[in-house]
Amino acid sequence: MNQPTIEVLHGRHNHLIDPALHIWGWEIPVYLFLGGVVAGLLILSAALELVRGRKDASLPMRTAPFVALVLLSLGMVALFLDLEHKLYTFRFYLAFEPTSPMSWGSWILVLVYPVAFLLGMGSVPQETRVRLIGYPPFQKLKVSSWLMCVFGRADSLRRPLLWASVVSGAALGIYTGILLGALSARPQWDTAILGPLFLTSGLSTGAAFLLLLPLDDGERHKLVRWDLLAIGAELLLIAIMLIGFAAGDRAGQIALTNLTTGNWGGAFWVLVVLLGLGVPLVMDLLEVRRRLAPVFLAPLFVLIGGLSLRFIMLASGQASSFRMIQ
Amino acid sequence: MSKKTEPRYAMVVDTKLCVACKACVLACKSENDVPDGFCRDWLVEETRGVFPDLRAENRSERCNHCAHPPCVHACPTGASHVNEGGTVLVTHHKCTGCKACIGACPYDSRFVHPDGYVDKCTFCLHRVQRGKEPACVEVCPTFCLHFGDLNDPDSEVSKLLRTRKHKVLHPETGCEPNVYFLEGGPR
Amino acid sequence: MSGLTRRQFIQIGGAAAGTAAVGAGLTTNWFGADPDVVHDPGTEGDRVVPTFCELCFWKCGVLAHVKDGRVTKLTGNPAHPLSRGRLCPRGTGGIGLLYDPDRLKKPLIRKSKGGDQVFREVEWDAALDHVAENLLKIKDKYGPEAMALYSHGYGGSWFKHLLKAYGSGNIAAPSYAQCRGPREVGFQLTFGSGVGSPETTDMEHSRVITLIGSHLGENMHNTQVQDLARALDRGAELVVVDPRFSIAAGKARYWLPIKPGTDIALLLAWMHVIVNEGLYDHDYLARYAVGLDKLKESLKDRTPEWAFARTTIPPETIVETARFIAGAGPASLVHPGRHVTWYGDDTQRSRAIALLNALLGAWGRKGGFTLPSKVDLPSYPYTKYAHKPKAPPDMPKDTLYPLADSTLASGLCMASIPGTAAYDIKGWIVYGTNLIQSLPAPEQTMKAIQSLDFMVAVDVLPAEICGFADVVLPESTYLERCDEVHTPPYKEPFVAVRQPVVDPLYDSKPGWWIARELAHRIGLNDYFPWKDSVEYAMHRVKAGGFDCDELRLSGVALGKPTPVYIEDGLDPAFDTPSGKIELYSDTLEQAGFDPVPQYEPPEEPPPGQFRLLFGRSPAHTFGRTTNNRFLSEVVDGNEVWLNARVATEMGLKDGTNVVLINQDGVRSEPVPLKATQRIRPDCVYMVHGYGHDAKGLKFAKGRGASDSRLVTRYKVDPIMGGTGMNVNFVRVERWAS
Ligand SMILES: Nc1nc2c(c(=O)[nH]1)N[C@H]1C(S)=C(S)[C@@H](COP(=O)(O)OP(=O)(O)OC[C@H]3O[C@@H](n4cnc5c(=O)[nH]c(N)nc54)[C@H](O)[C@@H]3O)O[C@H]1N2
Ligand SMILES: Nc1nc2c(c(=O)[nH]1)N[C@H]1C(S)=C(S)[C@@H](COP(=O)(O)OP(=O)(O)OC[C@H]3O[C@@H](n4cnc5c(=O)[nH]c(N)nc54)[C@H](O)[C@@H]3O)O[C@H]1N2
Ligand code: SF4
Ligand code: SF4
Ligand code: SF4
Ligand code: SF4
Ligand code: SF4
Ligand SMILES: [Mo]
Repeated sequence: MNQPTIEVLHGRHNHLIDPALHIWGWEIPVYLFLGGVVAGLLILSAALELVRGRKDASLPMRTAPFVALVLLSLGMVALFLDLEHKLYTFRFYLAFEPTSPMSWGSWILVLVYPVAFLLGMGSVPQETRVRLIGYPPFQKLKVSSWLMCVFGRADSLRRPLLWASVVSGAALGIYTGILLGALSARPQWDTAILGPLFLTSGLSTGAAFLLLLPLDDGERHKLVRWDLLAIGAELLLIAIMLIGFAAGDRAGQIALTNLTTGNWGGAFWVLVVLLGLGVPLVMDLLEVRRRLAPVFLAPLFVLIGGLSLRFIMLASGQASSFRMIQ
Repeated sequence: MSKKTEPRYAMVVDTKLCVACKACVLACKSENDVPDGFCRDWLVEETRGVFPDLRAENRSERCNHCAHPPCVHACPTGASHVNEGGTVLVTHHKCTGCKACIGACPYDSRFVHPDGYVDKCTFCLHRVQRGKEPACVEVCPTFCLHFGDLNDPDSEVSKLLRTRKHKVLHPETGCEPNVYFLEGGPR
Repeated sequence: MSGLTRRQFIQIGGAAAGTAAVGAGLTTNWFGADPDVVHDPGTEGDRVVPTFCELCFWKCGVLAHVKDGRVTKLTGNPAHPLSRGRLCPRGTGGIGLLYDPDRLKKPLIRKSKGGDQVFREVEWDAALDHVAENLLKIKDKYGPEAMALYSHGYGGSWFKHLLKAYGSGNIAAPSYAQCRGPREVGFQLTFGSGVGSPETTDMEHSRVITLIGSHLGENMHNTQVQDLARALDRGAELVVVDPRFSIAAGKARYWLPIKPGTDIALLLAWMHVIVNEGLYDHDYLARYAVGLDKLKESLKDRTPEWAFARTTIPPETIVETARFIAGAGPASLVHPGRHVTWYGDDTQRSRAIALLNALLGAWGRKGGFTLPSKVDLPSYPYTKYAHKPKAPPDMPKDTLYPLADSTLASGLCMASIPGTAAYDIKGWIVYGTNLIQSLPAPEQTMKAIQSLDFMVAVDVLPAEICGFADVVLPESTYLERCDEVHTPPYKEPFVAVRQPVVDPLYDSKPGWWIARELAHRIGLNDYFPWKDSVEYAMHRVKAGGFDCDELRLSGVALGKPTPVYIEDGLDPAFDTPSGKIELYSDTLEQAGFDPVPQYEPPEEPPPGQFRLLFGRSPAHTFGRTTNNRFLSEVVDGNEVWLNARVATEMGLKDGTNVVLINQDGVRSEPVPLKATQRIRPDCVYMVHGYGHDAKGLKFAKGRGASDSRLVTRYKVDPIMGGTGMNVNFVRVERWAS
């Protein structure tokens, strides 16, 4: 049959699948975005200490691990909301499926919580510790002795914890990308770039999140530079992804046009590439080169871009299908 | 057969005979109590060409029970699994409804059952285990659906694939589907 | 992640499985503590009742699976020759009818209320008394023949019996003059017997099958489709003549997209080639036929070139297909079709098809037509009918259709308009036929109804026709009742029974009960001596020498097979005046018609208009299933097919809503356009049965458009009174609003 297809009647109208896949709504991109920010926070706050040594950090820097925990929990609520069979959520933790990124993800989340918690505990200043341990109800409930033990561990394991934080953060960041990237049934997601892309995006959004807070100059100085690197890497990865699609087969072509010229083409170029990456890149460069005063717009744009990236990759990915190949 | 090997169940659809009547869809729905608004099998009717030079192909499609099922690989709980004869099934009480498997299936064969779990064609394994044919195969008034064991060289499906020209859908997915479509003419 | 899409396709030949099974088992089965279960939906039921289907008139054997008193599914009865274990989509959908929430639930009587007419629910006694009273009134006032019965469906037998006992022979169904009447007459004139239902075609063994617009595959008469598929599977080839690229055309070696209404020209040209080239079955014709020379003579000028100018089928194609068709004789079947009331020349077209089959030697031959026998069950020993009924009034006045061998539904309808026929019809019993949709010119039908003294409708659903009745009686569906025994002539003779599967829902009653109750009220007790229809049916079954218990268990019993082909030693008899196949018909000549079919050009649609054609959806039967929610899961409306190029020229896009406006200015309901390559540019096509406006059909109301509404004119077949309905022209307009 080499004549052109002219008419295809598809007699299936299953909800969430037809006419195009739309299994996931806002919950998943929000979760992926928050997961990325959390990954960024964990990696950056640990890395900063690894690089600069353990010295007095600013309050945002010190509380970053706890903030990460809150954001991660919000993300997990979104994830939970998306489940169709909520009563069976516990099933995630009765199995480990090595081929399933989602299974990895659910276990990575289990790992991230104690690491972030201990990391945060290790950064609690001495006076606060004293006050906490001395808090009467805590003493009554034997929380104090437990707290003492935790502070002790957090301090003695500080270095391993820093590394664990980097590693689990990286795992989390990569996993948010691989979650989609493993679903090669969707030409749009079928690229190995998604893992690194979402990781770098996690780093830049994590940095942006911190840059919106009152850091001290040293921290800001480093973070802006790292942010710059992450944004640069991200742009590079997007370029590689698009080139990969362009060089691919029919599925690749579908992915390329779907993302760059399809329903989401405009949003992709404007929100992700220009506003989310291009503009902040220039602003950051200016800040670094010209030593300008901190610009709050750049981090805001990065965050918007990061969120848009998740939404657009999810929506356009769902819409791309092998059915488009005839 | 002297030695009993593990069966490899497959379906063969003769597009030359199928009239796209959808009896297979309705038989499946009543056999499997598929809720309103959903189906486990469906019809694709393709017409190619320009009047009056036309060609048509009707395909009764369903889950391909892939030999490399990405849906199973994507499932975080093991609810999606490979069962007897290579059939890909979902155990309802292990499914969280995370829909990773739906995203993973290039053939869009799965759907979320209103009860929350993910559902799809089961090759009617509950019938096959009792020595019956799948409901869609049994009903088809054109005899265009065939079900059987590919590991048995004497089965009807093996014979059909040996003698007739055939294809699977989107072989480029690498899933190795086990629903085959016979095209007109011998191999 | 490695991109699966970049992988190469690996052909498997019974390749390995099981690795994933092991992997999955280890991680999630917990070594068997948390096993995967193969879910059984449990629809097999706790008991199975064999019966036969009534979703259309083919009557396939079904097995009804019942669980806790509810029918879970319907499957084909493997022992039944008409289903062979398989069902068409509609057969499975009987549950959708049984559990249709819109079913008629109580008897209704028309009442006046403050100037408005309304239906009031009443008890059966009140309803039956009212009907009985009116039956007696009409008999007294006008004579029994003023009462007519329209009956379509197998439960109608009780009412036919009732009406005959009452004294009227005016019994008709839209399955004659609106369906296969012309075919029966055309074949009777030629071979001395009709094609019947189930058709006596032996497609299963054909080598070439020619379909003149019969859209098998969309027309889903189960065994016909099965036979067609078996033939195709064995390598048979199809020639499909249809202005539309039907499902069957998609499987054809030759698709001839003929100009609608010109089939006789093609058939004559085919015969011209076959006769000229001597491709006909010489021995067969010499033995069994008369009139070959006269046929040859009249075909002299019917050349392929002549036909090309009329049909738009190129002469080379006509010659090639003629040879192709003849080459496979006698296992070459030119299918007689079924719904053949198209252009008013339908008896002659059917006769042309019969003649072509005769030339091929296909009648009584394997792969052509069988000459079947049937199981002979003695009829129930009823009291003889007291009256000899008067001949039907027919229509219009003084023009009887000489060769009609059945009463015309359209004739009875016309005769209800006072003064148009030999005598007036004053009352109607309407059983299982929605005459508003099935008779042409619905306005005329409504006018006829207005003239009646009384009308009662027996139906399962609140169809349009019920809205016109004085009394509406809710019948139980086929799954809730026992009807007449089924013993049609077929290549495998058989007896099948319909049995109640579940108790009647609501306050519905089976037809036999309704008819008997009415009989008792009008003094015809003697004609209904049995306790119930099961007793009646079993009486006949037993008298025929069959084991009642066994039959009730299996649903069907085979009779003694007889040879059905000449090849098997059958000596064919032809019930024609000459006792032979009549290639030239003196009967027609004497009645003033062409003894050999002649071509009359059909009226052409004016510019900007299209001929309206219609047909079947595989998942529905006319309008009777369009409210069936289960069947609507696969097809839930109709659309208007228009040639894609024409649509583009008109600026109409696929899927946009359009309205059709016919030559008389009648507008259709809005309906989606299907812009398609699959149809000629000079006609449009739609599936019949949609566009209901009866409020009670809550699901179907407002779905799709009605072809019936647009059939405001029709052309009557002068030979037997069939109503050709493909003679309407429509404009297509974008739906505004
Ligand atoms: N415009 C147009 N007219 C046509 C045709 C067409 O294609 N187009 N086709 C023609 C042909 S081929 C035919 S055969 C006729 C068919 O014409 P009909 O036999 O009149 O077919 P339906 O319109 O489906 O009406 C059937 C009615 O029977 C009711 N019914 C269903 N089951 C039962 C039952 O068990 N008991 C009772 N009491 N009632 C039941 C349904 O509710 C419905 O009201 O129409 C002819 N008229
Ligand atoms: N699913 C389903 N099956 C059914 C029924 C049903 O309601 N639903 N009804 C049953 C009944 S009672 C009947 S009578 C049959 C009717 O079924 P058939 O006898 O097969 O066909 P029709 O409905 O007359 O014809 C419709 C076909 O004829 C073509 N046609 C229209 N005009 C012309 C013409 O001028 N020349 C030629 N060559 N072709 C033309 C149309 O394009 C269409 O494909 O179906 C039976 N089977
Ligand atoms: S039942 Fe058979 S012929 Fe009908 S659509 Fe299904 S596969 Fe095709
Ligand atoms: S068709 Fe889809 S659901 Fe079925 S086995 Fe293959 S990937 Fe899984
Ligand atoms: S929806 Fe159910 S079957 Fe599908 S991947 Fe999630 S848990 Fe597995
Ligand atoms: S094999 Fe069974 S479950 Fe699958 S489509 Fe056929 S009837 Fe449905
Ligand atoms: S052909 Fe279909 S609808 Fe008609 S009797 Fe048979 S199964 Fe029922
Ligand atoms: Mo009919």
